[in-house]
Amino acid sequence: MKLTIQVNEGPYQHQASDSAYHFTKAALEKGHEIFRVFFYHDGVNNGTRLTTPPQDDRNIVKRWSDLAAEHDLDLVICVAAAQRRGIVDDGEAERNGKDATNIAPGFRISGLGQLIEGGIQSDRLVVFGD
Amino acid sequence: MSEIKKFMYVNRRAPYGTIYAWESLEVVLIGAAFEQDVSLAFIDDGVYQLTKGQDTAGIEMKNFSPTYSALGDYEVNKIYVEKESLEERGLTLDDLQHLVWEDEDDDWAEKDSIRLVSRAEMADVLADQDILFNF
Amino acid sequence: MSMLHIVNKSPYERNSLAAAVGHMKDGDTLLLIEDGVYAAVKGGAVAGQLEGKTVSVLGADLAARGIAADKLVEGVAVVDYGNFVDLVETTDKSQSWL
Repeated sequence: MKLTIQVNEGPYQHQASDSAYHFTKAALEKGHEIFRVFFYHDGVNNGTRLTTPPQDDRNIVKRWSDLAAEHDLDLVICVAAAQRRGIVDDGEAERNGKDATNIAPGFRISGLGQLIEGGIQSDRLVVFGD
Repeated sequence: MSEIKKFMYVNRRAPYGTIYAWESLEVVLIGAAFEQDVSLAFIDDGVYQLTKGQDTAGIEMKNFSPTYSALGDYEVNKIYVEKESLEERGLTLDDLQHLVWEDEDDDWAEKDSIRLVSRAEMADVLADQDILFNF
Repeated sequence: MSMLHIVNKSPYERNSLAAAVGHMKDGDTLLLIEDGVYAAVKGGAVAGQLEGKTVSVLGADLAARGIAADKLVEGVAVVDYGNFVDLVETTDKSQSWL
């Protein structure tokens, strides 16, 4: 089964990112293919490199980065939602005159077309949100 | 080879209190370019998105309600509105924008985009889709 | 053709459970996750809404909230994330009633 997962909420505020992560991990363990994980609305905040969560709790951003590295996942952050909320990579910094970038490893910023394409190319779309 | 899939964008939230209504519309507009079989569903508080007379000057937010009337130009013309959701909120079709599209196969005749359906019919419409987006 | 209806909010906070149940058809499955698991607690005001439906509840979310198996409404299946994945595979599509 080829899956696209949509994550609508940011880290910690809602359980959505956690649930999406555990679902994605379980799907990989069962041998399914993750076509894309698409982060929309506040979900783009899962892609900031700058979080310092408490040591005794899970590191949501790093968890996604590590999963992406281990399984060569495509973690996509919606550009329009990212611009609104200040998640920036080199390209966005240059285009919009920002003096810093903050994107976490394993994530890339791209357009909403990536979500649509995920829907077209995958067997299933699963949405996690509030 | 790419088959055409039935894409439905499900809207259940009111506008302005949260960003979901507007960012959902942004997906619809981008998605229109991908030539899939697109429908929109307005259920529960989602029906509030389509109401007439939205004036956002006082809250200093962009009034995006005119975007719904442009959907016809993007060939998005299957807009399902749930009857019970309207009734529960004391609304009728008259409270909603009159959304239309021009059918080029019928001499560009102007037709209604909004399809008023009962909850039971909406369940059938949902079941008929290939993909359901939620925001 | 069957649908997986995913409900993640408490039925006492939001109408998502009622919305899901109101749109379910024969053969569909309801999956309760996150705060949605509270709907499966015996004796709750909404327990009746689950009657006659095929209901699964995510065990990890029950345990997190201290809900023991004997507190659940009759007939609900407790599942793990692996079963969640299986449910997505065996149904045709999912609808997240957020």
